[in-house]
Amino acid sequence: MSELDPIILARIQFAANITFHILFPTITIALGWVLLFFKLRFNATGDEAWMDAYKFWVKVFALSFALGVVSGIVMSFQFGTNWPGFMERVGNVAGPLLAYEVITAFFLEASFLAIMLFGFGRVSNRIHTLATVLVAGGTTLSAFWILVLNSWMHTPAGYEIRDGVVHATDWLAIIFTPSMPYRFVHMLLASGLTVAFLIAGLSAYRWLRDDRGAGVMKALRTGVVLGAVLIPLQILAGDLHGLNTKEHQPAKVAAMEGIWETERGAGLRLFAIPDEANRQNRFEITIPYAASLILTHQWDGEVRGLNEFAGEHPPVAPVFYAFRIMVGIGMLMLLVSWWGLWVMHRRGMTPMLARVLVGMTFSGWVATLAGWYVTEIGRQPWLVTGILRTGEAAGPVAAGTIAASLAMYLVIYAVLLAAYIGTIYHLARRGGQLTILSPTPPRSAPQPAE
Amino acid sequence: MEALPPGAWLPITFAVLMAAAMLLYAVLDGYDLGVGVLLRATPEETQRDRMIASIGPFWDANETWLVLGVGLLLVAFPIAHGIILTALYVPVALMLAGLILRGVAFEFRAKVPEPKKPRWDFAFQFGSILAAFSQGWMLGSYILGFATGWAAFLFSMAVGVFVVAGYTLVGACWLVWRTEGALQMLAARWARRALYVTWAGVLAVSAATPLASPRILERWFSFPEALLLAPIPLATGALFLLLHIFLRRFPRADHSLDWVPFAATAAIFVLCFQGLAYSFWPYVVPEQVTIFEAAAAPESLIIILVGAAAVLPMIGLYTFFVWRVFGGKARDLKYY
Ligand code: HDD
Ligand code: HEM
Ligand code: HEM
Repeated sequence: MSELDPIILARIQFAANITFHILFPTITIALGWVLLFFKLRFNATGDEAWMDAYKFWVKVFALSFALGVVSGIVMSFQFGTNWPGFMERVGNVAGPLLAYEVITAFFLEASFLAIMLFGFGRVSNRIHTLATVLVAGGTTLSAFWILVLNSWMHTPAGYEIRDGVVHATDWLAIIFTPSMPYRFVHMLLASGLTVAFLIAGLSAYRWLRDDRGAGVMKALRTGVVLGAVLIPLQILAGDLHGLNTKEHQPAKVAAMEGIWETERGAGLRLFAIPDEANRQNRFEITIPYAASLILTHQWDGEVRGLNEFAGEHPPVAPVFYAFRIMVGIGMLMLLVSWWGLWVMHRRGMTPMLARVLVGMTFSGWVATLAGWYVTEIGRQPWLVTGILRTGEAAGPVAAGTIAASLAMYLVIYAVLLAAYIGTIYHLARRGGQLTILSPTPPRSAPQPAE
Repeated sequence: MEALPPGAWLPITFAVLMAAAMLLYAVLDGYDLGVGVLLRATPEETQRDRMIASIGPFWDANETWLVLGVGLLLVAFPIAHGIILTALYVPVALMLAGLILRGVAFEFRAKVPEPKKPRWDFAFQFGSILAAFSQGWMLGSYILGFATGWAAFLFSMAVGVFVVAGYTLVGACWLVWRTEGALQMLAARWARRALYVTWAGVLAVSAATPLASPRILERWFSFPEALLLAPIPLATGALFLLLHIFLRRFPRADHSLDWVPFAATAAIFVLCFQGLAYSFWPYVVPEQVTIFEAAAAPESLIIILVGAAAVLPMIGLYTFFVWRVFGGKARDLKYY
């Protein structure tokens, strides 16, 4: 294998693009609903603080949305440029699902976003609230369709193969595959947690800079409470998700747990260094029986090991580590959000808590990415389980061309990520006031104090 | 006319839908990109802000037509999608880079600290030019059936320049329609310049397409089809003339006709598109794969059609609603 293997490059490029893309949907999916919450609280109480929170976070939403849109457009071209074999073989299933995402979700979001962002003062308050609902619903709907497709790729159903090509036989079975409900719920909760810690972290940052207006405090509280409520649900959903995976993709679970030999009463590897060459772990730290207990709910339940799937299982180390990162951050989120709840209940805010929250600002991103890496790498060597191998789907594009475009994307993404983070901190420092968009005051809308 | 294979209505319907989406994209995002190309033609901050404000509420929905067009190519003609996009790998990658820069610059230029704003203005313009140029490159390469070699490459580059001119034209006409005062006068001047380059471009492409393919030559110049087709080039010429006269006499005393240049340019886009579509029918990959050979399985196409029939009218409705809310001369955009 030469160093510039086009398949490897195409995979790296796909992974880089989707990794960049998912950062922003993760924020917009849940932030849309949080904005609706701010808006509804304002409608109900008339308290300007809620509107302040809305006005600040709608800007973060707009920025995240723009980044989500442009990176999403890259995604929709990637199937053709990098994976032509994918559409040739499973296009009859993947195509309609992608098409439904475009026609039901994308136009809805894109159209009503304009009203949500710029429509204040041009439409009635009620229509503006409705636009917020439609945008939030649209992002959730597009998450639904794309996760339907992704779930079908993991646990395909409702199809038959004629002349080597997949044909749809039962659309309900295709949409509601065994892993779909788990994946959808887990992803929505992941999005909610990412946003909860983003809001809490950025608001805590403003609090530390003595920007302690009522709007900031409302947002801070919303973030902490949201995190504290969602994280137990996420742990529960994750556990159920793992059980589901054990049933349908046992090799993936074996890699997540780092279990080589099928065993009864398997221990939970808290830490280990998987050594694939010698098919064993080094430096294991294990809690006896715990893995069997979690995965089978019996202390001596059987967990199948990687050696049963020799040659057919994913690379072990990345799956193993990524899983620990995700779960580790989940536990950290539990600790921090409940501690935050307690502190805020007793004494309001403390600098110590604020600093920890600032440190956790982007923890949701890390956990979400780690989760996706577990899922996607854990699926290898299959692209569509049992139907299509990843290597079969690659296109005939020369390695040099892919390498050049990959380098271009990586540079753009690095710059944009830095600009994104820099800009939201800049907004936080300025308290969300913008002067630039509006050189002259609009006709009717009331002016916030500058 | 050759006999159509049985069940042909499905691929035909999808080809029409896909072409309609691409055409809508070219007109709608065409004016966004055109405004982007022109952004730094004025040094004045307030005029730039006003230009951006005129497209701010629309660009995202406009760009979605591209996602739909490519999506339909992907879902209805999966084999063609693979062939076309791998053949156009380089311009596609450049276009995507351009669209990324343009799309994020919208947001960043309004939110970054003041001294960094010119940087994002530059990104906005550069991204718009890059995207428009790459789309022209793709069109040129598609017209020549992905032929390789220097002549083909130069032709594609030339089409790239023409598409930049065409988008600049429609963008300037948009500004004539949606802005007032000094900016509007500037826009009329920009439109005139872009008009002549676009004119040259349309002529060049019309001449090259039949030369590139004997089949297309025969199709356009055989009797009696030639008579039926004559209105297309004639109407295109008439519209160019109309634009020429209208823009020279601009402004008129009352501004009730400000929308005319935009409508005329859009009509030119439609006619050129028709001409191209007629040339390539029934191929989806020029001279290689027809829409019937490339079509996905009927049961999959029908399920999409059902969804589209239900949803497209709704998309039309709320697009209309958004255009009404943000109709008239552009005002400053404000987030709340
Ligand atoms: C769980 C969520 C999720 C995941 C896994 C993906 N997307 Fe996405 N996508 C969204 C959630 C989302 C979203 C939240 O709905 C976005 C972000 C901003 C927006 O407009 O919609 C979006 C935007 C977005 C757009 C731009 C839409 C527009 O112009 O408004 C495209 C073309 C795609 N996506 C395509 C894809 C493809 C081909 C994916 C996978 C292979 C993918 N997305 C993964
Ligand atoms: C839900 C929509 C998704 C779909 C339809 C999807 C589909 C795919 C496809 C077609 C591949 C190419 C095969 C391969 O490279 O192995 C892939 C791989 C990959 N995806 Fe996804 N993916 C989705 C979501 C995500 C997200 C959100 C992430 C990351 C944040 C992600 C991370 C990866 C990674 C890292 C790979 C490379 C794995 C490897 O090559 O070993 N995926 N996925
Ligand atoms: C401690 C609690 C958690 C457990 C037990 C857990 C469990 C899991 C499991 C088993 C998978 C793999 C699913 C598969 O094999 O297909 C997964 C994937 C994933 N996790 Fe978690 N998780 C936890 C916390 C989190 C947190 C805190 C986040 C983010 C904020 C997160 C985000 C994700 C995402 C985005 C995926 C991939 C999407 C999917 O397949 O659903 N998880 N999780």
